[in-house]
Amino acid sequence: MPFPAADPPKVSDRFRGLPVIDARKCIEGCRRCGEVCPTDAISICDGRPRIDLGPCLFCGDCVQACPPGALAYTPDYRLASRTREGLIVDGTAFQLADALTAKARQLFGRSLHLRQVSAGGCNACEADINVLSTVVFDLSRFGIQIVASPRHADGLIVTGPVTTNMRLALQKTYEATPSPKIVIAVGACAIAGGPFADLPEQYNGANSTVPVDLYVPGCPPHPLTILDGILRLLGLLDDRAPGAGGRLDHREHTKA
Amino acid sequence: MIITRHVCSSNCQPIALAEIPVLSGDDFREELAEQLGTGGQLTALFGQARSGQTVRLYAVTSEMATATLRVFATDVSDRYPALTPSCPAAHWFEREIAEQWGVRPEGHPWLKPIRFHRSHCAGRDAWERASGQAIAPGVTNYFRVDGAEVHEVAVGPVHAGVIEPGHFRFQCRGEDVFHLEIELGYQHRGIERRLIGGPDKRTLHYMETLAGDTTIGHATAYCQAVEALAGRDVSLRAQALRAIALELERLANHSGDLGALALDIGFLPTSAYCGRPRGDFLNISALLCGSRFGRSLVRPGGVAFDVDLERSKQARSRVDETFQAVAGAVDLLWHSPSVMARFDGTGAVSHAVCDELGLVGLAARACGVDRDVRRDFPAGFFRFAQIPVSTWHTGDVFARAYVRWLEVQRSARFVSEQLRTVPGGDPRQDLGPLQSDALVVSLVEGWRGEICHVAITGSDGRFAHYKIVDPSFRNWIGLAMALRNQPISDFPVCNKSFNLSYCGHDL
Repeated sequence: MPFPAADPPKVSDRFRGLPVIDARKCIEGCRRCGEVCPTDAISICDGRPRIDLGPCLFCGDCVQACPPGALAYTPDYRLASRTREGLIVDGTAFQLADALTAKARQLFGRSLHLRQVSAGGCNACEADINVLSTVVFDLSRFGIQIVASPRHADGLIVTGPVTTNMRLALQKTYEATPSPKIVIAVGACAIAGGPFADLPEQYNGANSTVPVDLYVPGCPPHPLTILDGILRLLGLLDDRAPGAGGRLDHREHTKA
Repeated sequence: MIITRHVCSSNCQPIALAEIPVLSGDDFREELAEQLGTGGQLTALFGQARSGQTVRLYAVTSEMATATLRVFATDVSDRYPALTPSCPAAHWFEREIAEQWGVRPEGHPWLKPIRFHRSHCAGRDAWERASGQAIAPGVTNYFRVDGAEVHEVAVGPVHAGVIEPGHFRFQCRGEDVFHLEIELGYQHRGIERRLIGGPDKRTLHYMETLAGDTTIGHATAYCQAVEALAGRDVSLRAQALRAIALELERLANHSGDLGALALDIGFLPTSAYCGRPRGDFLNISALLCGSRFGRSLVRPGGVAFDVDLERSKQARSRVDETFQAVAGAVDLLWHSPSVMARFDGTGAVSHAVCDELGLVGLAARACGVDRDVRRDFPAGFFRFAQIPVSTWHTGDVFARAYVRWLEVQRSARFVSEQLRTVPGGDPRQDLGPLQSDALVVSLVEGWRGEICHVAITGSDGRFAHYKIVDPSFRNWIGLAMALRNQPISDFPVCNKSFNLSYCGHDL
């Protein structure tokens, strides 16, 4: 695909991208969205809902449950963030992921080798990471490759909530990766445990065990979301790029 | 007077718990042997903790010829004589029972943990591990071969591709594998335990992610189970849409696997081409419900997304186009002598071994076993429309690849036809409360094979127990058998030819 030199391929019209909240429609005292959310990603602050995209499964249960229709998904697939706090959707503009430091971009900007670690992932995030290496997305044209050993890698791309049985393997793989290194957490599980959050056999996400440089939300995130996140991290995609979609004002989506 | 030692049921037909005979240990063993000896297959064997130190073992057997399921039980305390010596298909189930409940099947030929977690019965452990001692995954008394020329190759849990973790230990002499030990459990998240007391707002999401590439398969099995317990049949429209989604899941995974098989033998044309149609099938699922993996589509009471005429037309034309693309890419495989030389005769599992160990699904059909839940225990839309069952007889990598190709052809035709004629009805309806003190078995032919969910409700109509048997639970042993006397360099292609789920096994 020509993206990012041109627009990315269209996603399904039912695709669930960045959610938007029109708090003006909220019924006072209503907490339906927070109650039905399976991962408690929605909290109500000062009568306004806030969605934490980290645990969000993008399942749509909140949209279906909301009586006045104050919640909606947009087709915006650009969801990655450098920080956990950056994943909160609360009515202010969503901050797209910014790039690594200039030094890190110099090291990784033209050649980034990543080792994948599935620490309890269900295989959906893994599959949609794998697809990035295939002909359609062609990750290698950016100098990005998945490598067979952490010793060949510049960083890890982690999926899964970090199960008890994978914690040591994740630690060892991180230690076996030479510094400087980065870690990308892909999917709701790797960010905050996903549907398995607070279960005793897992650790609620990658940052329980390793420092994380990029969080890519979704269950699973669309390959475009993952690609967009990684390219922004490397400074290869900013809003001047034709395919970047512009700095979308989410409020446009709430206009009647 | 005839005393029946089991209760009969069928796919998605609830049984009152009170009707399930609780037999003595000897009667249980005899009953199991008799059923397996008269054409039955062991579909599930699991334990449920009762009060005190008792564990109730439930057996579910299935008889294809009459689409009958049979259920019976027995109570055990901390040990019982193992069933595996007379019923090899019970082997992995008995290991699970030992691990979950600390119950020792005495005389089990190969008693090792399967998921490496602590037993749910406090203070009881089938391997007498101290309760304070951490349980390290992969550390167990695995089968070993000793000798001056024997060496071991260990791979995983983190292994070279973008794939879930498992540990593979090969006992080799030179390049040849005597035996492959497979240790799993790295993906264990504790789902079954968490389901007790449900359904609640997370339940369906566990079903969708327990094996994330089999979202439709497991979500359908779960929804069928609760709908049966609620005494409701969903509309024909919902059933048709579910069947379409299930077949799209099969199409996407089979296309991907055929490409991956080509990659594992270095045949780049097919591996490169197949990457795209797999994505195209996933995008058709997304056209229906917004998610490439079918998340949020199948819901108790029906489906959450309806498909109007325009959408179904679009979906149909995309299915037809994508099928043509796959056909072109896959056809290259059968006409390339270099590919056939790698596939033919590699990793063969015999029909006899397949039967004895109770393999299911695609891997079994590739050994010539003519068995498919869609035809043999039809539920949902498969009661009205059938897909011919695809088998091959050689049990090797070629057979597992070729059966995938046959299934792609047949599923593509099914999806195309059904999209043209989706029946009317409400896509979704509310369910009432679930029948209490009941057990229901729900079977679905997922893309890897037979999915079995057994739900048991308590007096409050909520889950007192929930057992999930993914087809991978039955089939990992098949991969181990396939590697015997094979060169180790054929491991990737053998593994890919099974393409089993790690998380579907580990739960």
